[in-house]
Amino acid sequence: MSLGKEMSLKKMSRTHVNCTINGDEVDFLTTDATSLLDALRDEVGLTGAKEGCGTGDCGACSVLVDGRIQCSCLIFAPEAEGRHITTVEGMADGEHLHPLQQTFLEGAALQCGICTPGFLLAAKALLDENPAPTETEIRYGLAGNLCRCTGYDKIIRAVQEAAVQLKGA
Amino acid sequence: MTATEHPPAYKYVGTRPIRHDGYDKVIGKARFAADLNLPGQLHGAIHRSPHAHAKILSIDTSAAEAMPGVKVVVTGDDFPALDPKNPNFDLAANIIARGVAYYHGHAIAAVAANTKPEAQAAAAAIKVEYELLPAVLSIDESMADGAPLVNETNHTKFVPPGEPSNLSTITNLDRGDVDDALAAADVVIEREFDCAHVHQGYIEPHACVVDTGPDGKTSVWCSSQGHFRVRSMTADVLGWDKSRVKVTPAEIGGGFGGKTTVYLEPLAARLSEKAGKPVKMVMSREEVLRATGPAPEAKMKIKIGATNDGELTAIDGWMAYGVGAFGDMAGLIGAMSVASYKFPNLRMETYTALTNTPKSAAYRAPSAPHAAFAIESVVDEVALELGMDPIELRLKNAAVEGDLTAMGMPHPRVGLVECLEALKASDHYNSEVPEGAARGVAVGFWFNIGEESSATVNLNEDGTATVLTGSPDIGGSRASMALMAAERLGIDVYSITPVVADTEAVGFTDVTEGSRATFATGKAVVQACDMIIDELKKRAASIMSVDVDQVAWVDGAAVSAGHGGGEGGEPLTLAAITAQAKRTGGPLTATASLNAAGAGPSFAVHCADISVDEETGVVSVLRYTAVQDAGTAIHPSYVEGQFQGGSVQGIGWALNEEYIYNADGVMDNASFLDYRIPVASDLPLIETIIVEVPNPAHPYGVRGVGETGIVPPMATIANAINAATGVRMTSLPMSPPKLLSALNKRSK
Repeated sequence: MSLGKEMSLKKMSRTHVNCTINGDEVDFLTTDATSLLDALRDEVGLTGAKEGCGTGDCGACSVLVDGRIQCSCLIFAPEAEGRHITTVEGMADGEHLHPLQQTFLEGAALQCGICTPGFLLAAKALLDENPAPTETEIRYGLAGNLCRCTGYDKIIRAVQEAAVQLKGA
Repeated sequence: MTATEHPPAYKYVGTRPIRHDGYDKVIGKARFAADLNLPGQLHGAIHRSPHAHAKILSIDTSAAEAMPGVKVVVTGDDFPALDPKNPNFDLAANIIARGVAYYHGHAIAAVAANTKPEAQAAAAAIKVEYELLPAVLSIDESMADGAPLVNETNHTKFVPPGEPSNLSTITNLDRGDVDDALAAADVVIEREFDCAHVHQGYIEPHACVVDTGPDGKTSVWCSSQGHFRVRSMTADVLGWDKSRVKVTPAEIGGGFGGKTTVYLEPLAARLSEKAGKPVKMVMSREEVLRATGPAPEAKMKIKIGATNDGELTAIDGWMAYGVGAFGDMAGLIGAMSVASYKFPNLRMETYTALTNTPKSAAYRAPSAPHAAFAIESVVDEVALELGMDPIELRLKNAAVEGDLTAMGMPHPRVGLVECLEALKASDHYNSEVPEGAARGVAVGFWFNIGEESSATVNLNEDGTATVLTGSPDIGGSRASMALMAAERLGIDVYSITPVVADTEAVGFTDVTEGSRATFATGKAVVQACDMIIDELKKRAASIMSVDVDQVAWVDGAAVSAGHGGGEGGEPLTLAAITAQAKRTGGPLTATASLNAAGAGPSFAVHCADISVDEETGVVSVLRYTAVQDAGTAIHPSYVEGQFQGGSVQGIGWALNEEYIYNADGVMDNASFLDYRIPVASDLPLIETIIVEVPNPAHPYGVRGVGETGIVPPMATIANAINAATGVRMTSLPMSPPKLLSALNKRSK
């Protein structure tokens, strides 16, 4: 191990990013080449968003950026500057689960659970915009998220049930 | 919907509690392997072969070693040369090449550096000199006379050792006189089929963190279907004693058979040992597709003879499975999976062929989906030829207890007839086929396995319990273990904490595969509960001052007929006994270990309504029903989930999924964009009917349910496409271009 190697690491330039994550003002240092997903997981310590592909094809890394569902693997971390970001860790209100979290649990809408954070956020974005979606609208609203365990059946039903509960709330 | 043979009298078994690990999974707290980090950890990356088959002349790691942040580089020379008789010989050669790269993507060297980008840059800077060897890329090329060798270390199994070969197995199963029976048959249908490689497609890429300390003790945290196998494979590949390796299972993000082996752990262990720091390795999706096990490709020829009244008299089959660059027994297992019909005369000639593609791995009922696609398609043709209802034809020939599988093993009590009857009575089968649509049905079978499991039940002072097993939970098995323990002990299911314990905290347990966890590990849990109930009765007898044989365990409490109950005449509850454990003999704990016999086979019948867009060749699945025998559904929601998940993987296999290789053996579609698995908008709801024909070899009647669901969908959809268009599709996937081409060739 040479001193030169250590020096080169320290010289790597970093950007200071300020944003709001799950309601808290957060700041972190990141390189310009780091994805928002990696920054959330490695710098901020929120590992709820998962990497399934790193190319925006599976939706496991989905987060809300200013209320809109996005693949955090396709966003550079410095682009989060000034944004409001919601991750799965921010969905529950204290000890009270979001109705989607509750209906996913009660309806067995998860098996391995790796895709679940992305599905919960995609479903939240869908219901925030369309509180009474049809089954087809739910299916297209969640078409950017891959699940390999459930065949989607119980996920669709859980979103339908959450929509009913949210409407009654 | 559940069709129950005998209404169960259980309090917890058959209910649908929220799974114990569920909360962590909906709030983002569940720890998967890639979520784990150790202080001071390095990051690993792999240099992979750019060629499908090449001799490695030299590896120059000097430039990589001089790069910023790089701590250590390893190649095949850093691993012991295993004896070819070592069961993990092929595994070791697949994990890192020694002298020859056998497929595009084969690992050549691995790097550990301070950051992942540094490790990746260094891996790319490794210079390898190759001498290209001829690449064998198809089953036909592999089996051709004079074919170049795929892998010079491969020899055909079960025959006296001879020259190296491209064939891993050559097997023949037969009974009766197939030629005579076919000559005498009123109807004979013969078709040829082929299936492309498909991937398990778990959403979580392989990942691990490995820490080898200065004393050599190695701790592994990883995503796997069986951490005891990770331990033995890692130790074997490194030439270590198993006791050196401790494996802690992380949550697993899908496996479907693909995580029953290892790719990263031995590399990370060697890197960690040499660097003196923990090493984390996480595959990219592209690496998962290029270098981890897909299911085999296959070619099949199936001929079936029948009498005019619908008796299937003979089957003559030829099947070859292409398993990539290392041998296995896929062909033999494919033949063994022929078990749905009586077939008095049967001949199955099978081959397992090597090609210079990634080593295939198990995928849900391995080898059975291919065979069922072919056989169930031909059975459908027989029904059409005879003008018989496809369910009636199958009912007439369905295997029942005592009928022989292709292997010649008699079936135990099985539920194929019950599944067929349940579909026949279903709302779906009795509904009109929608206008412009068509319907198909097909049957699936899987053996299921038992194998070794251990379980420990610890009762806590307050009457709650912890159930430790060694079976990674890939689809709700912790909830099943808790339900069975709750039923046995008579305490609330939420008073039980089911834990998947590490290799040093629980007895040896085989991999979660073969649909065995709820069956075999469940049996161990029940046995441990029974042991602890015996102990509880002894403690209760001493508290109540009665003979232990006067104490019974009823509804979570000790009751004594002779004594009229506990001290106050009341039953002595489990919590009352654990509260006095200290003065009655100490902690209450029991461990059971077993090699489970009697795994009950599980049959399924699927039904699909589909429509075909004749301008584009796109198939839409409009309605889908999966009927399957679960023996007894411990947690019906997760049983349904297995049926639904298997069905949809099968629908993807039927309609879209395939490895597309170019002429150089490079996969052209190594991403989730181009290797397209079904998304929500591709599908209808998947209706389920749980048939319960209890397995007599399990205390609650469990049959494994994890695998059979992927077996029927391909033929179900092919049969529906045939009904819709008159075109018999014999090549998977039945993707739009292939179907369009077949439609265009259709005789008008």
